Amino acid sequence: MLDLTPSQTVGPFFAFGLPFVGGGDVVPPGTPGAITLHGTVRDGAGAAVPDALLEFWQAGPDGRVPVRPGSLHRDGRTFTGFARVATNRAGDYCLRTLRPAAPTGAPHAPHLAVTVFARGLLHHLFTRVYFPNHVQANEADPLLSALDEERRATLMAVPDGGPTGPGYRFDVRMQGPGETVFLDLSAHGLAQPPAETVETPETL
Amino acid sequence: MNPPDGAPRVATQREVSAEIAAAAEAAPRIDGHPERAYAPYRSTALRAPQHPLVVSPPSLTELAAPVFGAADVAPIEADLTRHHAGEPLGERIIVTGRVIDGDGRPVRGQLVEVWQANAAGRYRHDGDQHPAPLDPNFTGGGRTLTDDEGRYRFVTIKPGAYPWRNHTNAWRPAHIHFSLFGTAFTQRLVTQMYFPGDPLFGLDPIFQSVTDEKAQQRLIAAYDHDVTEPEWALGYRWDIVLDGAHATPPDVDA
Repeated sequence: MLDLTPSQTVGPFFAFGLPFVGGGDVVPPGTPGAITLHGTVRDGAGAAVPDALLEFWQAGPDGRVPVRPGSLHRDGRTFTGFARVATNRAGDYCLRTLRPAAPTGAPHAPHLAVTVFARGLLHHLFTRVYFPNHVQANEADPLLSALDEERRATLMAVPDGGPTGPGYRFDVRMQGPGETVFLDLSAHGLAQPPAETVETPETL
Repeated sequence: MNPPDGAPRVATQREVSAEIAAAAEAAPRIDGHPERAYAPYRSTALRAPQHPLVVSPPSLTELAAPVFGAADVAPIEADLTRHHAGEPLGERIIVTGRVIDGDGRPVRGQLVEVWQANAAGRYRHDGDQHPAPLDPNFTGGGRTLTDDEGRYRFVTIKPGAYPWRNHTNAWRPAHIHFSLFGTAFTQRLVTQMYFPGDPLFGLDPIFQSVTDEKAQQRLIAAYDHDVTEPEWALGYRWDIVLDGAHATPPDVDA
């Protein structure tokens, strides 16, 4: 094994480097089945974090993990499964996407993988967004089933219907009361990809 | 100079350097990454989780990674000196290297993003109050895709050091921010590349948050005369090793 390149903080000045137009538009407005996923990032004092960057990565509603390019220059048709959104001055973020389904053979319930970057965070944090309606799958999920109720709740999107249609709230608490469950995913080889090729349809 | 009543006292460099020395006494993390709770870097105080991370096998989603292609990145995005009508001020440089995984395999066709201050040490960002000039011919953001050998190459200008408010007279060594994807989402990495011989290394809490000296060296590019181009630009080489020997990801449209 080669020695890894260490992590360093994203710092406060990534705004002209990482966010891109349409970063939160995993699907265009008006897409059937589209949901908004939004929330607030807070620090250990409960203050809004106005300079966090969140990335989301997910399977599509067909349970396929996308293998199509086109996140940075979205064509309005291709589901790439990737979003990148910065928080605003109020610490809020928002994206529009489709609900994921679990890939075939997956031990985990449907979820979005999330990466949190921020000034003051020397190494990014991984977490997941799960959905409360997948009751049985959530009970069988190897991560959720190992958590107590209070901590498990930090990974659960909260249905939040709004003027723009069906939505979910997912807040991130970096530290302190209600601290979000963050993950060490470095354990290798514990989950194997399915044998068949996972491929997402060319268009929605 | 005394702070106003009630304001927290800002530490001196000497005090922060003593904290850096104390933190360096602890055994470094085996993987070389910084501890998130690192007191000399003040902003970590409220942003590092208090619970230990929950060890969890990656999901099938996390074992795959977003795919980027020719439609996502224009070739000119790799030359930060050509994003405006004129040439930016500063020392033109070439930064190149390979992105590989822990087994030495190239990370092919994957997105590499950079952002940096200009030659005067000023970021094009509203939050940067450093009274140094903006350069109308330099924004400081770039993107490229790695080739089949995992290679990337940027043309840019050497960024300047700049002050920040972590403590009194705090200065960041010159650096370029890098954002990297692997073949699995678990390999995601954001880091900073530094330049050899910077006198600020020992004073900087962010650089020193990597407490293992060998791991620190992996953040520093090497000057490479074979990369330097005559009458044009100095060359630096920096290879990046991403975490892990993960399971082979699903085939891409075989």
